[in-house]
Amino acid sequence: MNRKDKRFALLLKLPLYLWTVLFVLAAMGYVIALSLQGRGELIGVSGQWTLDNYARLREPQYFQVLVNSLRLAALTTLFCALIGYPFGYLMARLKPASRSIVTMLLVVPFWTNSLIRIYGWRILLIGNGPINTLLMNLGWIQQPLKLLNTEGAVFLGMVYALVPFMILPSSTAVEKLDDSVVEAARDLGASPLHAFFTVTVPLTLSGLMAGCVLVFIPSTGLFFLNDLLGGSKTMLAGNLIQSLMKSRDLPMASALSVLMLAVTGAVIALYRRAGGDADGLGLF
Amino acid sequence: MKKHSFGSKLFLGLVLLVLYLPIVVVVVYSFNDNSTRIPLAFTGWTTRWYGELLDGKGGYGPALLLSLRVALWSVLLSVIVGSLGAVGMTRSALGFRGKPGRFERFMEAFSILPIMIPEIVLGLAFMVIFNALGVRDNVARLVLAHTTFCIPYVFLSVKSRLVGMDQSLFDAARDLGAAPPRVLWDITLPLCRPAIVSGAFLALAMSMDDFVISFFVYGAGEGTLPLKIYSSVKVGVSPRVNALCSLMIAAVFLAVAVQRYGQAVRKAREKKAAAN
Repeated sequence: MNRKDKRFALLLKLPLYLWTVLFVLAAMGYVIALSLQGRGELIGVSGQWTLDNYARLREPQYFQVLVNSLRLAALTTLFCALIGYPFGYLMARLKPASRSIVTMLLVVPFWTNSLIRIYGWRILLIGNGPINTLLMNLGWIQQPLKLLNTEGAVFLGMVYALVPFMILPSSTAVEKLDDSVVEAARDLGASPLHAFFTVTVPLTLSGLMAGCVLVFIPSTGLFFLNDLLGGSKTMLAGNLIQSLMKSRDLPMASALSVLMLAVTGAVIALYRRAGGDADGLGLF
Repeated sequence: MKKHSFGSKLFLGLVLLVLYLPIVVVVVYSFNDNSTRIPLAFTGWTTRWYGELLDGKGGYGPALLLSLRVALWSVLLSVIVGSLGAVGMTRSALGFRGKPGRFERFMEAFSILPIMIPEIVLGLAFMVIFNALGVRDNVARLVLAHTTFCIPYVFLSVKSRLVGMDQSLFDAARDLGAAPPRVLWDITLPLCRPAIVSGAFLALAMSMDDFVISFFVYGAGEGTLPLKIYSSVKVGVSPRVNALCSLMIAAVFLAVAVQRYGQAVRKAREKKAAAN
């Protein structure tokens, strides 16, 4: 590669470099810097460096929110795996024609605005909405159940919104699996269930893990879901950041964001260490 | 392919049913004649809400236009920045040799970071950096933010296509005397076209769909379509929003169907060409 070639390659990369430096690196650096500032009167920061914001994260009002968010994220990931992995597995083993139909049926909601789909649940769950009306007409309940504005509704919405992110990588991993290894296990006397758990699952673990990362990371930040389905009764990290920004406490909002970044980084590092590669996280 | 048992088919069907349940509900209620905001009894069929929507009631027109404007600019910018960057980083795609240095790998990791971190963190970061840089104009703020999270989709799509390509194509062009810009224009970019197009569509969808980041970046006013929908449904159920959402769902169905059809036609043509 001579100097002229090098210069041409650099010319092509330059816009991406500039964009990344300005809107990713500088932006993240600025958030980290803000999180180390005290709260000030005039422009939102005091100009003094401090670790106070991070110390305040231990206060119960913040700590409880963090615990709630992480618990919900973990539960969501678990349930998405319980539903999404079997779905991806079965889908990958369909005949090509039916598989392409199922893929299309999965992709359409995925491309439909997530707000609309969550809003659909809002209609379904509301006090005199279709679900309550149906149950009352069937005579199973006398009074409408309180479904909307509950923690359960938020959980349902999370699993609903994120399960495609588990299905797609799982199904790709199963598709790539060589059928003959499973057949070999069966020939050697393993029961179907035994072969599934000792051969198929370990060999498609990469897809399952990629799915877990893709579900866990966004689940900590979907604050609108909590607003629309949970009535914001229990605060989640996303709602807390939003309300801190409303009350103009930028340093504290930044500290929380940095913490969320750290959790994200830890999840990705864990994924890498377990042998997953970054390309596995790209869905397409 | 194994034969599926009844149980596994039932499972697939049930999950798909639940996936579509809220979508079907929105469409059905868009034809509901009941105009009260919170009570939801289905009182009869009407197309009134669609009529009102088309008459411009509710002010969704400007929001849609803003969304489209932001999406088109973001797609254009992210396609240019993302695909050129991907080509520049895959030096083999220009007939060059050599491995990426440490700095390049570092920059690559950070350029795709925006799709790895929670949107809310990104929203906050954009808000503070735009305020610090003095970017006040709402459209500019939205375009800059959307472009940043659209770039990784284009970049990854183009890069994964380039990595799988036969390097001898580019080497041959170089050997025959083409300068790198010529290789880029005549060989690399045409070969990348499908990847650029699919990256662009993904970016378009992500930009049109984005709520969280726009919510933080956008100042005062009505905002993009998702922002407008959010503020209409936060308080209750709005029949006009049902109609609007149904139209958007129909648009997605149509787009996916057209894309599938195009794919099938292309495949058939390729098969025919291969047979000849």
